[in-house]
Amino acid sequence: MATLTIPDNLVYERPQSFTDSPTHYCPGCTHGVAHRLVAEVLDEMGLANRTVGVAPVGCSVFAYNYFNTDFVEAAHGRAPAMATGIKRVLPDHIVFTYQGDGDLASIGMGEIVHAAARGENITVIFINNANYGMTGGQMAPTTLPGMKTSSSPSGRDVETQGYPIRVAELLATLEGAGFIVRRSLHDPANIRKAKKAIRTAFEVQTHGLGFSLVELLSTCPTNWGMTPVDALKWVESHMLPFYPLGDYKIAPAITAAKI
Amino acid sequence: MARELWKGNEAIAEAAVRAGLEAYFGYPITPQNEILEWLSHRMPELGRAFVQAEAELGAINMVYGAACTGARVMTSSSSPGISLMMEGISYIAGTEIPVVLVNVMRGGPGLGNIAPSQGDYNQICKGGGHGDYHVIVLAPASIQEAVDMMPLAFDLAEKYLTICCVLIDGSIGQMMEPIELPEMRPAQRKDFPWATNGAKNRPRRILTSIYLDPPEEEKTNLRLLKRWEAIQANEIRSKEYFLDDAEIVVIGFGTAGRVALSAVRAARAKGLKVGLFRPVSLSPYPYARVAELAGKAKAFLVVEMNAGQMLDDVRLAVNGRIPIEFYGRLGGVVPFPDEILDEIQRISTADLQLDGNPVADWMKRMEAMVR
Repeated sequence: MATLTIPDNLVYERPQSFTDSPTHYCPGCTHGVAHRLVAEVLDEMGLANRTVGVAPVGCSVFAYNYFNTDFVEAAHGRAPAMATGIKRVLPDHIVFTYQGDGDLASIGMGEIVHAAARGENITVIFINNANYGMTGGQMAPTTLPGMKTSSSPSGRDVETQGYPIRVAELLATLEGAGFIVRRSLHDPANIRKAKKAIRTAFEVQTHGLGFSLVELLSTCPTNWGMTPVDALKWVESHMLPFYPLGDYKIAPAITAAKI
Repeated sequence: MARELWKGNEAIAEAAVRAGLEAYFGYPITPQNEILEWLSHRMPELGRAFVQAEAELGAINMVYGAACTGARVMTSSSSPGISLMMEGISYIAGTEIPVVLVNVMRGGPGLGNIAPSQGDYNQICKGGGHGDYHVIVLAPASIQEAVDMMPLAFDLAEKYLTICCVLIDGSIGQMMEPIELPEMRPAQRKDFPWATNGAKNRPRRILTSIYLDPPEEEKTNLRLLKRWEAIQANEIRSKEYFLDDAEIVVIGFGTAGRVALSAVRAARAKGLKVGLFRPVSLSPYPYARVAELAGKAKAFLVVEMNAGQMLDDVRLAVNGRIPIEFYGRLGGVVPFPDEILDEIQRISTADLQLDGNPVADWMKRMEAMVR
C-alpha cells in the first residue's frame, strides 16, 4: 500500500533572534511587527551574536526582553549617544537603536541629529505613531495638525503648539547620513517593503557605509481610541499624506556597493 | 623617567592614556579644555576612541555606552557641564558599571565664571543625580598627585563598579608643575562577566537601570549600599602635616588645603602649634580620623573655596566636642596663605565657643572684607 508523505514546508516560525518572552504591547500595536522584522533580518544575516541593541524610553523600553542579543537600556532620547559609545569601542559589532517619536524626535533630537551628522555607523529603527504611547497618548513632535491627543485635547493647534517634524526628510539633509528611508507597517505589502529596508539598513552598517535609519509609520490603537483595523486604515488615510513613504537619502557609496 | 614640566589638564589626560584609557568622550568647557584637546590627538594616534560630543549630555551617554562593553572610559568637564551630565551619572550608577569622571571646578552657580572654585563638593559627594547612590570622589592638591590618582581612579571604579570622580579646580587644571608620568600601558578591557560585548558562545546580557518592581529596585539599592560600605571600609584616603603636637588643626582639601599648608608652615615658623589635615577621598569622607583629631586638638579651622560645604562633614565628625571655625572664599576667589595665617593667629588667642555658628561668624568677618 502506498504511503502518502507530506513533506514539512515550514513557512512561519519564531525568529532565533527573539526570546521566548511574550511582548507587553497592546493588541493591534505594530511594535510587535517592527520587532519581528528586525529579528528576522538579524537571523538572515547571522548577526545576533555580535549585536548590541539599545532600548529607548517609551513603549519599547522593554525591547531588550524580546531580542536574543546583548542589550542596554538608554536614558530618554540618549540611545544614539549610547550607541555611539558602544560602536566606537566595538567597531566590528552591530549596534542598533530602537526608538519612538517622543524619544527620538523630541527629547533626543540633539543626539539623533549629531549621530547622523557624524555618520556614526549605527542603525536606527524609528517608530512614528504620532503620539507618546507609554505615558498615555500625549502630543508628540510627530502629532498631525488638528490631531487630538491627551495634551492637545482640542486637536493640535499649529499656531500655539507648532508643526510636526518630518524626521526622515530632516536627517536626509545631513552629509553624514547614509541611508534614510520611510516605510509603513499598515498592510502586508508595506510590511514586506519595511523588512527590505531594515535589511538594507543593517547591510549598510555591516559594510561600514555610515548612519542608517528606517522610519516606520506605526499604529497606536489604544491611545488613538480605535480598533486595530481602524488604526491601520488611519495610518493610510491620515499619516501617509503627511509623511510620504520613500527613500530620502541613499549615499552614493551605498548605491555603488549594490546592497 | 625624568621629571617634566606639564600643564595640569594635559598631564591628567596623558596619565589617563597611560592608565589604559580606551575611549574618551567630552565637550569643550573652560577650564578643562586642554584635557579634551590633548586627547583629541593622543587617542587617535594610539588607535583609541575619541569623540567630541554635541553636548555634555551626549558625552556622558557615549561614556555610558562604551562603559557597558567593559572598556576603560572617561569624560571630563567643568561645573556647568557636570550639572548637565547628572542624568547620565545617575543612570551609570544605577547600571553599576565603572566610569571615571574629571571635574575641573569653576565659580558658580549658573554660568558663574572660569576661575578656580570648590563649589561642587556637595553636588558630587552628596548626590547630584536622582536616586540613592554614591560616587567615589578623590581630590588631589598638586598635578603629581592628580597624575598618580588617574590609574587609581580607574582601578577603584572597576573594583567597585562605580563612578570615580577626580575633583580638581581650575588652578590645578591650568597651572604647570614638574611631574613624573606613569608607565605607558595598553588600552585596558577586562573580560567583565556583565559586559555587553556580543553574545558569542554565551547567554545574552542586559545592562539597565530600570527595576519596575519596587522590591527589585530596593534590592538594587541595597546592593549599591553594600558596595558603598566596602568602599567606606577600604578606600579612605587623607594626608597629614605637622599634626603630632597640633593644637589647632586646619582642614582643607585640594587647592584650599595646599594654600592652607603654606599658612600652616608660616604659623609654625611663628611658633604656633598648628597642623593640616587634608582629606583626599572626599567621598567616602575620613570621618573617623577627623573625630580622632577632635579628641586631641583644641580647635579646628576649616578652609574651603566654597561656603562651607565640607564644613558640614567636619561638624558631623566632631559632633560638638571642640570649636570649629570656618574660612572660605567664594565665586572663583582663591585665598592667599596670609588670609589663612591671619585666621590661625586669630584662633590661637580667641575665646572660642562650642555653640558658635562657624558660617555666620565667618560671614560677619567677610562683610568687612568684601565691602
